Amino acid sequence: MMEAAKVLDAKGLACPMPVVKTKKTIEEIDSGDILEVHATDKGAKSDLAAWTKSGGHELVDEAEEEGVLKFWIKKA
Amino acid sequence: MSQSIATKELALRIVNQEETFILDVRNTDDFDDWKIEGESVEIINEPYFNLIDEVDALAGRINKNQEVIVVCARGNSSKMAAETMEEAGFTNVYDLEGGMQAWSQHLEPVKIADLSEGGSLYQFVRLGKGCLSYMAVSEQEAAVIDANRMTDVYERFAQEKGVTIKHTIDTHLHADHISGSRQLAENTGGSYHLPPKDAGEVTFDYKPLEEDHDITVGNTTIKVHPLYSPGHTIGSTSLIIDQQYLLTGDILFLKSIGRPDLAGKADDWVGDLRETLYSRYKKLSDELIVLPAHYSSVEELGEDGSVQAKLGDLYQRNAGLQAEDEQSFRDMVTENLPPQPNEHETIRQTNMGKINPEVEEQREMETGPNRCAVNA
Repeated sequence: MMEAAKVLDAKGLACPMPVVKTKKTIEEIDSGDILEVHATDKGAKSDLAAWTKSGGHELVDEAEEEGVLKFWIKKA
Repeated sequence: MSQSIATKELALRIVNQEETFILDVRNTDDFDDWKIEGESVEIINEPYFNLIDEVDALAGRINKNQEVIVVCARGNSSKMAAETMEEAGFTNVYDLEGGMQAWSQHLEPVKIADLSEGGSLYQFVRLGKGCLSYMAVSEQEAAVIDANRMTDVYERFAQEKGVTIKHTIDTHLHADHISGSRQLAENTGGSYHLPPKDAGEVTFDYKPLEEDHDITVGNTTIKVHPLYSPGHTIGSTSLIIDQQYLLTGDILFLKSIGRPDLAGKADDWVGDLRETLYSRYKKLSDELIVLPAHYSSVEELGEDGSVQAKLGDLYQRNAGLQAEDEQSFRDMVTENLPPQPNEHETIRQTNMGKINPEVEEQREMETGPNRCAVNA
């Protein structure tokens, strides 16, 4: 598994908070680094993917483990 | 603090064709798949994540003084976006309470007619999903046909009219939405009627909906007369109410016809569908008013917000009724099948009583358009 520069715990948060927090947190890492996001809101799946693309970042991987959605986003 | 608008209010505006400007802030894929529609509705999309701290993305697209209704999936993101817009100087912004989820669940009752021996027939329009259900009321009794999951709406309506729901009827085993008929019958002590040919795998008791077994509502008897009309499903059964109204279920819509493939049997059922549309229905009076279980575009809503047409007129103008022979009918049906509705198999399983998802899950399963018609 790739090394994340930072892990954001957005579990239990409803839309729009997972994306809002992701947007803020990604500003804290360097370009090319990876932000790992954990969320439980089902809407986060398509919204995070869409946000990543619109921001020019790259969704390197995603997984679902025991009801937790995990995303690895490489900062542009 | 931005103001909210309730789904009921938005529904009335759409039915009354009032000019309405909507900003949908869901992601663009979700927006493209399914959105609020209306003759008088102008709608644009800008995802909420582009409106978090600033609203530059809206520059030139919305006038700061114009009225805007902001819509999202469940009502939180729209509130956030509406507030950001107000901070940026927009003066007339509302957010839709509960978002598309609430919109998908809203039912708007419209009176179709007073019936010959007293009593009335109502159509419940589910604007967010294009589902139509019905309530026939006579004396102190009511029958509900093709009820949606939101059983409280029918119960409240019955209470307002001072009637008891004695019968709930499904014209077929639904695949696009979760039926509320069984639950509604349970809540009101009524009987649930379902075509036996669609009920082979169900896990509950029901009354068979069959020809020659009329259902009576009230003492003055509105006769609900079942007419076997397979094709969308093998059990699909139409209802003739008061010898004037033909409830076609998902067999015949105003602009299109039902699809035969949602239970995986397109090839087998396309012949039944043709027989029903080109022979069984043909023998009925042209004067019957067709009342379908779905519509696919807002253009089908009449001035009063109802969806209805004369059977004779549909034989003139419905694209699905113009095939010259069996082969061209088969080609038209099989070449024009839209993608299958979201979760149609789990919805069928739920309607058969095989699985019992939580309400939250049921809402998710029903997200999206109904897609029960052939797009001929």
